[in-house]
Amino acid sequence: MAAITLTVNNKQFKIDVDPQMPLLWAIRDFVGLKGTKFGCGMAQCGACTVLMDGNPIRSCSTQVSVAANKKISTIEGLSENVEHPVQQAWIELQVPQCGYCQSGQIMTTVALLKKNPDPTDEQIDSALQGNLCRCGTYPRIRKAVHRAAELMKSKPF
Amino acid sequence: MRTTVSRRRFLQLSSLTGAGFIIGLGGAEGKVVNQLVNLSNLANPIGVTPFVLIDPQGAITIYNTKPEIGQGTFQSIPSLIAEELDLTLDQITIRQSGGEKELGADQFAGGSASIRTSYTKYRKVGAAAREMLVTAASQTWAVPVAECSTENGKVHHKASNRSATYQELAEAAGKLEVPKDPKLKDPAQFKLLGKAVKRPDVPLKSNGKAVFGIDVEVPGMLFSSIERCPVFGGKLLSFDAAAAKKVKGVQQVITCERLIGKYRFEGVAVLADNYWAAVQGRKALQIKWDYQGNENFSLKAYEQQLRELAKKDGVVDHAKGDFENAWSDAPIQLEAFYETPMVSHSPIEPMNCLAHWKEGGQLEIWTSTQVPFSIKNSFAKEYGLKPENIKVHVQFNGGGFGRRLYPDYVHEAVQLARKAGKPVKSIWTREDDTQQGPFRPMTFSAFKGALDANNKPIAFQHKVISPSISASSNANYDKTKSDGGMTEGISEQAYEIPNMKNLYVHADMHVPLAAWRAVTSTTLAFSHESFIDEMAVKAGVDPMSFRLSMLDGKQSDTKRLLQKLKQISNWDKPLPAGWGRGVAQWEFFAGLGGNVVEVSKKGEGIKIEKVYAVIDLGTVVNPDTVEAQVEGAVVMAITAAIKGGIQIEKGRTVQSNYHNNQILRMPEVPPIEVHILAEGGEKIKGVGEPGLPPLAPALCNAIFAATGKRIRRLPFDINKI
Repeated sequence: MAAITLTVNNKQFKIDVDPQMPLLWAIRDFVGLKGTKFGCGMAQCGACTVLMDGNPIRSCSTQVSVAANKKISTIEGLSENVEHPVQQAWIELQVPQCGYCQSGQIMTTVALLKKNPDPTDEQIDSALQGNLCRCGTYPRIRKAVHRAAELMKSKPF
Repeated sequence: MRTTVSRRRFLQLSSLTGAGFIIGLGGAEGKVVNQLVNLSNLANPIGVTPFVLIDPQGAITIYNTKPEIGQGTFQSIPSLIAEELDLTLDQITIRQSGGEKELGADQFAGGSASIRTSYTKYRKVGAAAREMLVTAASQTWAVPVAECSTENGKVHHKASNRSATYQELAEAAGKLEVPKDPKLKDPAQFKLLGKAVKRPDVPLKSNGKAVFGIDVEVPGMLFSSIERCPVFGGKLLSFDAAAAKKVKGVQQVITCERLIGKYRFEGVAVLADNYWAAVQGRKALQIKWDYQGNENFSLKAYEQQLRELAKKDGVVDHAKGDFENAWSDAPIQLEAFYETPMVSHSPIEPMNCLAHWKEGGQLEIWTSTQVPFSIKNSFAKEYGLKPENIKVHVQFNGGGFGRRLYPDYVHEAVQLARKAGKPVKSIWTREDDTQQGPFRPMTFSAFKGALDANNKPIAFQHKVISPSISASSNANYDKTKSDGGMTEGISEQAYEIPNMKNLYVHADMHVPLAAWRAVTSTTLAFSHESFIDEMAVKAGVDPMSFRLSMLDGKQSDTKRLLQKLKQISNWDKPLPAGWGRGVAQWEFFAGLGGNVVEVSKKGEGIKIEKVYAVIDLGTVVNPDTVEAQVEGAVVMAITAAIKGGIQIEKGRTVQSNYHNNQILRMPEVPPIEVHILAEGGEKIKGVGEPGLPPLAPALCNAIFAATGKRIRRLPFDINKI
């Protein structure tokens, strides 16, 4: 066990955990934020995607100790009232079905659009190919990423 | 659908504090329940939980009775009631029901049944409530009912410029008789039904706030991870928990039984303060299993048995005309054999459940499930409780696809919580989910098709050889009879072929089997509609024309569907060199869908260029949801056609996680164009499943058109054709 300080959505959390515990379970069970999901435990599905210093990572396969002293962003930190342009695009295009993978899809998209404000279909496919959706919302995700890019031009976030 | 109007009755109760108006059309008996209740008790209603609930001081609540698994019932079901009450969704609170007796046995999500079986029933619930509120207003104001109207949660009397909110009228309305035959709204006036209304769960699913089963916590709960026998059908001999208990955070190591269908599988559970500790503890377990000889089971060998069984006659599923003579006399005969794999459901939210045994024999369950009513009643029997002492909190389901029709994972948590004396949250790993089943079974199909001298289909036979989902669920399964679940749809197609004899050959299986989105239609449509294509090719007739020629006799939904597909896909327009297009349709209990797929030869493989999809519904509640469901069905069907499937060797599932049990990823998804046929009326077909079955045959028929290669076995490698 080790005392670790996590910075999640600009707030600090002191937790006492096995340093090898995946960041995912530290976020869910110790920080108490449930929006980040468990899907596979081996970086195959992307449901656990969070941003670490702005880069999308698979929290299920990242040890919590690695995340100490880094800035972690989760779905809960995006906005107060679902007003982030990516969230707005998701609502406009009614992307989620069951919704379970969408936190990961959205966080990956947020990171993509930071680096590439106007991605092509191919660039979207490439950025999101690690995020599985069993409901098959992919066609809408692709459209929503374009729409979010458009929204962000008029309303940088 | 059963009409329940004549069996309505009232139930009125008074209360000490506060009065509300509740109306429900419910119960297994189909009774209308209308009562005044103490609203302070609503969190724990006394044996009644109604569909509509009006708090005189507050909100209007409408219950969704169909678990939300991504199919949109959280919006569509309450909308049926709200529409008739002239309410919009932002004026109501939607709550999920949990299998309460008063709300009926149809509290489940499955069979694409939600809208097609509830459309009129729930509209009548809303219409009855509206009439009562209007009557209450007219009596209060002493004006004719006909002069009153409803809008925005109020009853208006325009002539005297008076209005009253539903909340103000609730108490008076609650004392009235429920109208026996409430007048339904003219569809031309609909504001919600038939419109692309935004789903209220979407914002919650875009900010992490939607609570899935895996997200629920109660104070003092333990997390659990369960080791089950890696070989199907093995038995627990002994276990050593010493090392597991040394893992920090591990509290208990106990056994539980997984009840699935006719099977009971024992497992060893590690209970800990947090999930990660439970998983670590589980890895440290030393367990001895008795594999009971099942360690020699090989699915490859089993498939060979199915091929052998195909030589048997089987039992008759459906017969018309004189197949034998028509077949033997026919100038042109065709035979083919088709094979499909077992597949997993693999929803991204793994199976999980939180259970809490409370004092006084009360059991509380929080879970993602498709079947709350069934859980309440079957668990009552299994654990010696009254159904009303079991409370099921149905959470948003992180995917269902049929997997969550089976509450095996709920049993485990319930048993662990009872043994541990604490609330227990059980979470399966992805490996558990991939390897333990239940799986959709494979079907093998032997076909005979004959053409007459004019190349018209004259005789047809589809013989299905497969294990059975029903046999997996039911210990008293009768092997000597045909099995409608395993011959689903093969005798329901609208094609007019004068002589037909469809057969079923049963094969035993010890691995738990399950329904899967569109069930057996997902495999049988592939073989059936591919073979129809083979007959068309043999006849030298365009596959679309060949199908339409078998639908000449009368207008049918299938004919209209194919005509629509032909039109939207520009079927007769030539494609570029190296391209091909294929068509398929499928009608079964859940509904009717069809695809035209366009493919092109690309290097060693095939690229899916475009998917046209048509779904025939009759009446549509939310066209945007329907479009999303069909898009999703197409994606799931492509996965089932071209990805690996489940293999079992040495008694164990070979695949373990998404790396070797793959599902389609974004770059692999073709453009999908969805069209809805909805010409109105009460004959409504399902939404969630019918988009799936026609994809695989349409794709394979397109590949044949492009390459001349006939695919008779799924899955196939699309990169090597």
